[in-house]
Amino acid sequence: MYTQAMDSLPAEVKPTLRSAEEMQLQQRFDARIDDGQFIEAKDWMPEHYRKTLVRQISQHAHSEIVGMLPEGNWISRAPTLKRKAILLAKVQDEAGHGLYLYSAAETLGTSRDEMFDALHSGKAKYSSIFNYPTLTWADIGTVGWLVDGAAIMNQVPICRCSYAPYARAMVRICREESFHQRQGFDALLTMMRGGTDSQKAMVQDAVNRWWWPAVMMFGPPDDQSPNSEQSMRWGIKRVSNDTLRQKFIDAAVDQAKVLGVTLPDPDLKWNEARQSYDFGAIDWSEFFRVVGGDGPCNRERLKARVKAWDDGAWVREAALVHAQKQAAKADVQRQAA
Amino acid sequence: MSHSTAQAEWPLWEIFVRTKAGLDHKHCGSLHAADAKMAIQLARDVYTRRQEGSSIWAVPSQHMVASDPGDKDMYFDPMEDKVYRHPTFYVLPESVDHM
Repeated sequence: MYTQAMDSLPAEVKPTLRSAEEMQLQQRFDARIDDGQFIEAKDWMPEHYRKTLVRQISQHAHSEIVGMLPEGNWISRAPTLKRKAILLAKVQDEAGHGLYLYSAAETLGTSRDEMFDALHSGKAKYSSIFNYPTLTWADIGTVGWLVDGAAIMNQVPICRCSYAPYARAMVRICREESFHQRQGFDALLTMMRGGTDSQKAMVQDAVNRWWWPAVMMFGPPDDQSPNSEQSMRWGIKRVSNDTLRQKFIDAAVDQAKVLGVTLPDPDLKWNEARQSYDFGAIDWSEFFRVVGGDGPCNRERLKARVKAWDDGAWVREAALVHAQKQAAKADVQRQAA
Repeated sequence: MSHSTAQAEWPLWEIFVRTKAGLDHKHCGSLHAADAKMAIQLARDVYTRRQEGSSIWAVPSQHMVASDPGDKDMYFDPMEDKVYRHPTFYVLPESVDHM
């Protein structure tokens, strides 16, 4: 998912509790989690829970923000005014989703600047999927269909995350995300039903390139995901990587038939006993390479993001100085009156 | 990386949106803005992209005052035994029970 890098971290050692009072707080916290209650920003929580959430929510936010770049690439080249308006709305939504999530992370005591610094210095991760290029217009449709499709599959369970500000942000995001997947499928359907042979081939080519990266969005297999169990225990993660991946593949196979494209996996086969599709081996070395910084576009994405932030510095400074000047002026007028 | 603004974040604002006339403003999240006017403008773009609102309140987060969650039991439980504050406490004859 958008925070799959969480799963590639080494297993964390649980810190030992210090005092009797802290143990009591911990027990009360565990009981609330077991009872299915929500944890709010000002409630006591274990440091490890807080740290995990800051890392996960900020990674999620970074993914939304970096996710604007591959799509923004096509705003000026969308084939019609309608598609351009749709793409603009979608990219604006991604910015909004990033902002909901940054503000949820800030309730845990981190600052926006700290999170940005972590992203811009390469310390923080974002989803590996955004390090692939969007080569043709068909890529934009495919990103909507497969990438946003995988994101929705992953994000719906987080609406029940134990940390309430995160859960509330996710409810808002999921409400908006469905349009993203549908517009992508719609764009591809238009190409497949009314397009020329070369346009149809363009769709198939995009699907071939995006399929495996989309399947990898769910993160490493459950048995290679050392921190999953703790996240499940805390109600931060509700459904395992492999379960979600299977659900995604099962849904996508049927959608691909409607579209009239094939998926680039010769081992895809319906398994009557499991009532699911079997699928081929995933190249995890590619996943770790891309998460680790060596995907096709890692450097380009980070460079574009840092440039946008640095180029905007004078605007942020000017707005702040203007606000301070206006406030000072208002003070003078008040004192004179 | 930009260092010049690392210590100069725009202030944080809490945003409340009234979905339509007649309903309460409801807290929906926060955002950073340099001043009040910008907070309202950004809130429109961040929280009402699909006509979710007809009115927005923005309050500087530093001015929000909240009860302490640690005091929750002590603070709210005294109301638990005052059941006579609820209409259902009073059993009336059936003929007048719609009162």
